[in-house]
Amino acid sequence: MKGEIVVETRGLSMHFGGVVAVDQVDFNLRENELRCLIGPNGAGKSTFFKCLTGQLKPTFGDVVIRDLNVNRAHSHEIAGLGVGIKTQVPNVFEGLSVQENIWLAARRFHPAARARSLVEETLDRVRLTDIRREVVNELSHGQRQWVELGMVISAEPWLVLLDEPAAGMTHDEVLLTAELIREINKTASLIVVEHDMQFIRMIADKVTVFHRGAILIEDTMDVVAADPTVREVYLGHRKK
Amino acid sequence: MNRARENSWLILIGIVGAIFLIGAPQVLELFTIINLTTAIAMALLALSLGLVWGFGGILCFGQSTFFGIGAYAYVVAAINFGGTSWAVVVAILVAAAFAAVLGYFMFYGRVSDVYLGVITLTVSLIFYNLMRRTSGPEYKIGDALLGGFNGINAPPLNVPGNASWILFPEDVFYVAMAALIIGYFGCVWLVRSHFGRVAVAIRENELRAELVGYDVRLQKLLLFAVGGGIAGTAGVLFANGVGRVTPDVFNLYNAALIIIWVIVGGRGTLIGPVLGAFGLFYLISSLGQQTSINNNLVLGVILVVFVLLVPKGIVPTVIDLWDRKRGRRGQFRRHGRRQRRRGSRTAETRHEG
Repeated sequence: MKGEIVVETRGLSMHFGGVVAVDQVDFNLRENELRCLIGPNGAGKSTFFKCLTGQLKPTFGDVVIRDLNVNRAHSHEIAGLGVGIKTQVPNVFEGLSVQENIWLAARRFHPAARARSLVEETLDRVRLTDIRREVVNELSHGQRQWVELGMVISAEPWLVLLDEPAAGMTHDEVLLTAELIREINKTASLIVVEHDMQFIRMIADKVTVFHRGAILIEDTMDVVAADPTVREVYLGHRKK
Repeated sequence: MNRARENSWLILIGIVGAIFLIGAPQVLELFTIINLTTAIAMALLALSLGLVWGFGGILCFGQSTFFGIGAYAYVVAAINFGGTSWAVVVAILVAAAFAAVLGYFMFYGRVSDVYLGVITLTVSLIFYNLMRRTSGPEYKIGDALLGGFNGINAPPLNVPGNASWILFPEDVFYVAMAALIIGYFGCVWLVRSHFGRVAVAIRENELRAELVGYDVRLQKLLLFAVGGGIAGTAGVLFANGVGRVTPDVFNLYNAALIIIWVIVGGRGTLIGPVLGAFGLFYLISSLGQQTSINNNLVLGVILVVFVLLVPKGIVPTVIDLWDRKRGRRGQFRRHGRRQRRRGSRTAETRHEG
């Protein structure tokens, strides 16, 4: 296997009143791994993701990032460890320009001069140089997603957590996003929560399938796709 | 607005401010100058809310709290110290520290925007009622009797370090105007700094700011404290302009008035609130000389008209109109699309022809 474990959850559970959204999940991510989390609606992927990013505090269990228990950590503290986070709904600074958005992310961890060159570099990588002065809320959905991806990579994180990075994108945009994600993977470990099976085929290394708040299966895409239980979960409970 | 144009406006504002600073006492009567000092204090107060609300997105309904605390702290400290040199410093620090403490509970307690408005207003009204009930001889801080709703006489400013060299009202005007100019350019510097840009980012999207790694609570707390300090400075100037501090500084009327200044002048700009405060201050004082229309009625109408028709406020609306008048040329330059400019210009002329 690859390097040491960088993200680990032990018996992670998240309850909302009587609803158990995530049920005792043990999960490991190793260094430089690219892991996809998939599962039908309501499987607990996003809740699990929010527990990892500090947006939700788990009811039971532990989240450990590089030997550091981050159960009670705030989102900004987790980001401060060098973790890049992209949420499901694009969260951008609406009224600000593309470059200001990216600058704010780059400047958080880098001195002024380095931040400026990182902005140039990032704009290039996410192909937004032409519209760098546009205000973000006037852009298309796909472009806004890229602004957010740009913010994530401009901080030069070693761990990247992406929630549905390809949602609402055109086919061409999806291809470019897949390429970008593989590129990010050269320098960082990744967890990608995704719905789109085709997109996952493009990037996936190892896939974790969530179902009813627990891990159903964890293997390569080919094995997962061939698994009868996964098919049943995705296509609905059909009795043959 | 691009940076170059913004800079040329700032230079203009600086020049106008400097001319006003030097020229006003030469041409205006003493009474007007004293009145102006009060107006300047109000403008500085509006500036503080313009910073906190317009840039930080924190709708503080009780900016008058820090203003009043600054004024009271100044007077009490000046009476006890027997001079105003340190009283000014104490007043600013006490106002900023109170804002920091109040801000700590609100921001670290994750109080939502609406309740933040309610809490800040309530705190101001608590001070109003508290200070009104301090009329007996037993209510004193050191040598300073708080004086209930009659308030306390404010000792005039003296030259720093020399308590017997008391400033004349003209001199106090110079100090006030200088404080406003320094405060204004200080705020301009602040909103252009990393700290200020993060404050704007938080206003735009708090969750994103947090996920990028900024401690939203701390950032808001610091901005709020800076706003409190500026409001406290305004309180010191107000005490000097009026010569007296009464519990009325904390009342509902004042609390609402500050919001109206900022709405009328324009949020998201710094000069807007300053102009809004000056304009409405003079409107109200000229209305005060007649009896046919009620002051508050006029103020209410102005607020309604602005909220409905000019929701951005005067300054941003003027900037928008200016941009539209200058047409596409300015717009394309702003977006940096050099190549398309020629094409679009010919299209435009064809359209006109």
